[in-house]
Amino acid sequence: MSVKNTVVIIDDETQIRKILSIALEAEEYKVIEAENGKDGIVQAATSHPQLVILDLGLPDRDGFSVIKELRTWTAVPIIILSVRNSEEDIVKALDLGADDYITKPFNTSELLARIRANIRRTQQSDDGSIFTNGNLTIDFAARIVTKDKEEIKLTNTEYLLLVLLAKNVGKVLTHSYILKEIWGPSSVENSQYLRVFIGQLRKKIEDDYSKPEYIVTEAGVGYRMRNLG
Amino acid sequence: MNDQLETTRPDPDTLLNRLKQEEIKSTKGKLKIFFGMCAGVGKTYAMLKAAHKAKADGINVVIGIVETHKRLDTEELLEGLEKVPLKELTYRETVFKEFDIDAILKLKPTLVLIDELAHTNIPGSRNVKRYQDVIEILQNGIDVYTTLNVQHLESRAETVKQITGTTIRETVPDSILDQTDEIELVDITPDKLIQRLAEGKVYTGESSKQAIQNFFRKGNLTALREMSLRITAERVDKDLRTYKIEKNIYEVWKSGQRLMCAIGPSPYSSNLIRWTRRLAYSMESSWIAVYVETDQKISESNKEILTQNFNLVKELGGELVVTQDMSVIDAVMRIARENNVTQIVVGKSRKSKLQRLFSKNDFIKNLLKKSDDIDVYVLGGERIEEKELLFDVKAASHSSISKYFIAAVIIYLVGVVSYIFQAQIGYQTVSLLFLLVVAILPLANFGIGPVLFTALISALGWNYFFIPPHFTLHISKPEDALMFVMYFIVASVTGTLSSKIRIQQKLLRQREEKTNLLYNLSKKLSAAGNLNDVADAAIKEIENVFNAEVVLIFFESVKKLKAKPHASSSFAFNDAEWAYSQHCFINKQKVGRFTNTLPNAEATYYPLESKSGVLGVIGVSVSSDLPPSFDQEELLNSFISQITNAIEREYLNELAKQSMLSTESEKLYKTLFNSISHELKTPITTIIGAVSAFKDEKIFENKSILQKFMSEINIAADRLHRLVENLLDMARLESGNLKLKLDWHSAADLIHASIERLKDESANHKISVNIAEDIVFKFDYVLFEQAMINIIHNSILYSPPGSKIVVEAVQRNQQCVINISDNGTGFPDEVLSKLFNKFYRIPGTKTGGTGLGLSISKGFIEAHGGTITAMNRNTGGAVITITLPMK
Repeated sequence: MSVKNTVVIIDDETQIRKILSIALEAEEYKVIEAENGKDGIVQAATSHPQLVILDLGLPDRDGFSVIKELRTWTAVPIIILSVRNSEEDIVKALDLGADDYITKPFNTSELLARIRANIRRTQQSDDGSIFTNGNLTIDFAARIVTKDKEEIKLTNTEYLLLVLLAKNVGKVLTHSYILKEIWGPSSVENSQYLRVFIGQLRKKIEDDYSKPEYIVTEAGVGYRMRNLG
Repeated sequence: MNDQLETTRPDPDTLLNRLKQEEIKSTKGKLKIFFGMCAGVGKTYAMLKAAHKAKADGINVVIGIVETHKRLDTEELLEGLEKVPLKELTYRETVFKEFDIDAILKLKPTLVLIDELAHTNIPGSRNVKRYQDVIEILQNGIDVYTTLNVQHLESRAETVKQITGTTIRETVPDSILDQTDEIELVDITPDKLIQRLAEGKVYTGESSKQAIQNFFRKGNLTALREMSLRITAERVDKDLRTYKIEKNIYEVWKSGQRLMCAIGPSPYSSNLIRWTRRLAYSMESSWIAVYVETDQKISESNKEILTQNFNLVKELGGELVVTQDMSVIDAVMRIARENNVTQIVVGKSRKSKLQRLFSKNDFIKNLLKKSDDIDVYVLGGERIEEKELLFDVKAASHSSISKYFIAAVIIYLVGVVSYIFQAQIGYQTVSLLFLLVVAILPLANFGIGPVLFTALISALGWNYFFIPPHFTLHISKPEDALMFVMYFIVASVTGTLSSKIRIQQKLLRQREEKTNLLYNLSKKLSAAGNLNDVADAAIKEIENVFNAEVVLIFFESVKKLKAKPHASSSFAFNDAEWAYSQHCFINKQKVGRFTNTLPNAEATYYPLESKSGVLGVIGVSVSSDLPPSFDQEELLNSFISQITNAIEREYLNELAKQSMLSTESEKLYKTLFNSISHELKTPITTIIGAVSAFKDEKIFENKSILQKFMSEINIAADRLHRLVENLLDMARLESGNLKLKLDWHSAADLIHASIERLKDESANHKISVNIAEDIVFKFDYVLFEQAMINIIHNSILYSPPGSKIVVEAVQRNQQCVINISDNGTGFPDEVLSKLFNKFYRIPGTKTGGTGLGLSISKGFIEAHGGTITAMNRNTGGAVITITLPMK
C-alpha cells in the first residue's frame, strides 16, 4: 500500500506503547501514541486512524467512557487491552461498541492478526458474495455452504449463525450480540440456545468438533471465527 | 381487659426468657433433687442407688458428701463409689467436716453427690449455705444429685412449723426449684415410715426419742406427705406447660396476672412475702413487693428487719419497688396502677377491734375503698410473739418529749409578752400571735404532735388568760366563744398543713439530693474521654459520696479479671480479696461483706454487668461495721449501673476504633496488591510481547527492529529487578531483622557509584556532585547505596526532562549532611509530610512505581540512626536532606 494505515495507541504505560509501536511499525503501520484518554480522543479525531488500540485501565478517564465518546462520532475499529479474569469488563466494552479485545500479556502475532482482521473487515466491500476461509466456502447469493468442496446441509438458523460469524471473521462476537442479531432483542439472555446451535454447527463444519478450528469459544465473552487464510 | 385476643398466643417475653434459660442450662450442670416429706423416707438411699446406676452406665460419679446417719442399708451403698476427701474446718474448738468444693471443681467429675441441700456451712466456708455451693458447682458444668425435705423449702417452712410444731432453721429459697432439672419424689406411706422408725432403721440410738415420737405422728406425716406430693405435682404441671409452649400446643394461657404485696419493717411481712410468692408460683404470674417510705422514722432494729424482708423478696424472685409518699394507701395504689397489678395481698390488721375503730388510718379499710377493680386478698395472720412494731415512739425525734416542752415554753413566753402589752394590742390580736407560733413551729422541725399540742395549749391559754372574764375558761361574750372555736380550728388546720408541707419539702429535698448525686456522677462520667478517665472518675465519686475505699478491676478475658486493679483504686488489695472479686466476676453477683457469700471479705464486690458481658468488678469498703442502709444501697446500685454504662461505652468505642484501623489496613493491603500487580504486569507484558513478536519472520529478520525490541526487553527486565529488590528491602525492614554491615567507606565514592547506576535513567537530566572534602565514616554500603539510588531516581522521575539535580555533602558537627536538590516543580505542601510513607504516591502521578522507594530510603537511613526530610526550596524545586551520625 502506498498509504499506510494509521493506528492510534492509547495506553498510559510507556513501555507498552513502545512495544506496540515497534511491532506495528514493523508491519508498516503508522503509529500515533497517546498517554491518556483525553489525548487519545484528540488524536483519534485529528489523525483519522484505521484502528484504535485502547487500554481499559487509563489514569484520567474510564476506558468505557472513551469508547462511548468515540462511538458517538466514529465507527473506527477499537481493540481494547485488558487484564486477565475481567470477562465482565470485556463484554461491557464490546457491548459499548468496541470491536475486539486482547488480554495482557499478549502474543504479538495474535494481536497483529486481530488488527488485520478488524481493519480488513471495515475495508471489505459488501459485494463479495463468496467467502472463503480455510476449507470453508460460503456462497451468499446461492446460500450454499461447502467444506472441502462438499456441500453441507444447514438449517436456516445454523446458516444465519455461520454467516454472521463469517462476515465478522477474526473478530469476537459477544453472546448477546449474536443472540440479538439472530433471535431478536428479547432473547438476549438465552445463551443456552446459542450453545446448542454452536454445538450443532461445529458438528457439521469442524473436522473434530471437540477441538474446533473455525469457531472458537472466547470464554465468558462470546465466539469468534478464526481467520485461517 | 382485652385478654381474650391474647390468650392463645404465648407471651414473646416468656418465650425469650425460656430460650435464654435453655441457653444457660445447656452449659450448666444438671441438678436432680431426691425429694421427700421428711427424714428417713430413703432419699439418700435412692440417691446412692441412682449413682451406682450412673456409674454402671459409664458416668464419672464421685461422692461430695453423704450423711448416712449410721443407717446400715445406706452405708452399704457407699461401697464402690469414689469419695472426695472432706475438708476439715475448726469452729469454736470443734473440728467439723464439710465437703471440699474446690477439690470437686478441680476434679471436674461428670456427676457429684451432695446430700442435704439445706445444710448451713460452717463459718469460714466460702458460701454461707450449701445450696450456694451447689449452684457454683452447677455453673461449672458439673451435674449434681442432692436430697431435700419438704420442710426445707422457704415457702413451706412456716406451714411445716404449724403442722409439726418444730421450728425449721435451715431453708433453701424456692427459686432453687426453678434451677432443678429433675425432681424425684421418694415417697412412703406414713404407716411404713413409723414401722421403719420402730425397727430402728431411721434413727439409731437413744437420740431424743420423745421429740422424734412427737414428730413422727401419723397426722403430721400424712400432712407432710400431702405437701410433698403437691409440690411434685406443681412441678410436673409446670413441666407440662413448658412442654406445651415449646411444642406450640396452644391453650388458654396467662391473662397477665400480677400480684402485689405491701411490706414493711415487720416480721409479719415475711409471711406475706412467702405467701405471695407461693400464690404467684402456682398462678405463674409475676409479683411485686412494695414498700412505702413515709415520714415515720423507723428504729435501727426495724431497719434490719426491713432489709431482711427486702432480701427475702429478691431471693424469692419478686420485684421490689420502693417509693416515698405521705400516704401509704395512695402510694400502694399508684404503684399498683403503674405496674398493672391485678391482685393486692395484704395481712390482716394486728390492732385490736377497738384500736381499729378509732384509727383513722386503718390500712385495709382505706385500701378496700380505693382499690377499684383490683382484687384484694387479706391474709389471716396469727399473733406474732415479737413486739409490736408499728410506731416506734422513741425514734420519732420530731415528736420527742423535748419538743413538747420547748413548745410549751415558747407559748408561755409569747403569752407573757402579750400579757404585758395586752392593753395596747388587745386580746383578739393575741390569738394571731399564738397562731403565728403554731404556723412557724413545723418549720423548726416540730412534728405534728407537738404542733397540735401547741394549738391546744395556746387556745386554752388564750381563753384562760386573755378572753374576758380573765382567769377562767368561761367565755362571756358569744362572739368571743366563736372566736375561740375558730381559733382552735384554724390553729389545728394551719399546724397540720404546715407540718405536711414541711415533710413534703424534706422528702423532695431528699429525692433532689439523690438525683443531684446521680447527675454529678453522670456528668463526670460523660466528661471522661477514655477508659482510664472513666475508671478514675468512678472511683473518686464513690469514694466521695459513700466515704469508702474503692477498688476497680477490669476484665482480662471472659473468664478472668485482670490481675491488678485500676491505678486509681484506693483500697488495699491482696490475693484473698482478688479471689473474692474473681468469684463475684464469675458468678455475676454481689459477694463479700454484708452478703451471704464470702462474708469475711474486707469489701463488698459488685459485678459490672452490661449487655456486652461482665466488664469488671467494683469493690467498696466502708469503715463502719454496720451494713449500708437501704437508701445507700439503692444509690450505690444506681451509681454502679451508670459507671457500667460509661465503661461499656468506652469499651465499644475502643472496639470501633480498632475495627476502623483494621479496615484501613485492609485498604492499604488492597492498594499494595493492585499496585504491585500492575508494576509486575507491565514489564512482563513488554517482555512477552517482544519475544512473541519474533515469531514473525519479517520482524526477526529486521536487525534494527530486533534491536529495538531487545532494548525494551532489557529495560523491562531491569524494572522487574528493581521492583523485586524494593520488595525484598521492604520485607527486611518490616521483619525487624535488619543487620547493618558497618565499615569505613567514603561518602564521595558512594554518591558517585549511585549516580553511575542511574546512568540510563538520568539520560535527560544533568546531575552534578558537590563534595568539599571527602567524608569518611562507618556505614552499611549496600543499604546506603540503595537509599541514595532511590532518592536520586525519585528526583529524576518527578522533575521534568532537562532539570538539574545537585548532590552535595558536607560534614557538620559530627554529622554527615547530604542534600539532593532539583530545580523541578517541587512538592505540593500537603504532600511533604506523607512523602516517606509506605506506598505513598503523590496523587495524580502516572501509574508505575509502588511508592516504596522513599520509604525504603527512610528505613535504611533511620537504621543508621540518621534522619531524612524533604522541603521545597524557595528558589524553586525541592531538596531532600539526609543527616547521618558519624561514628
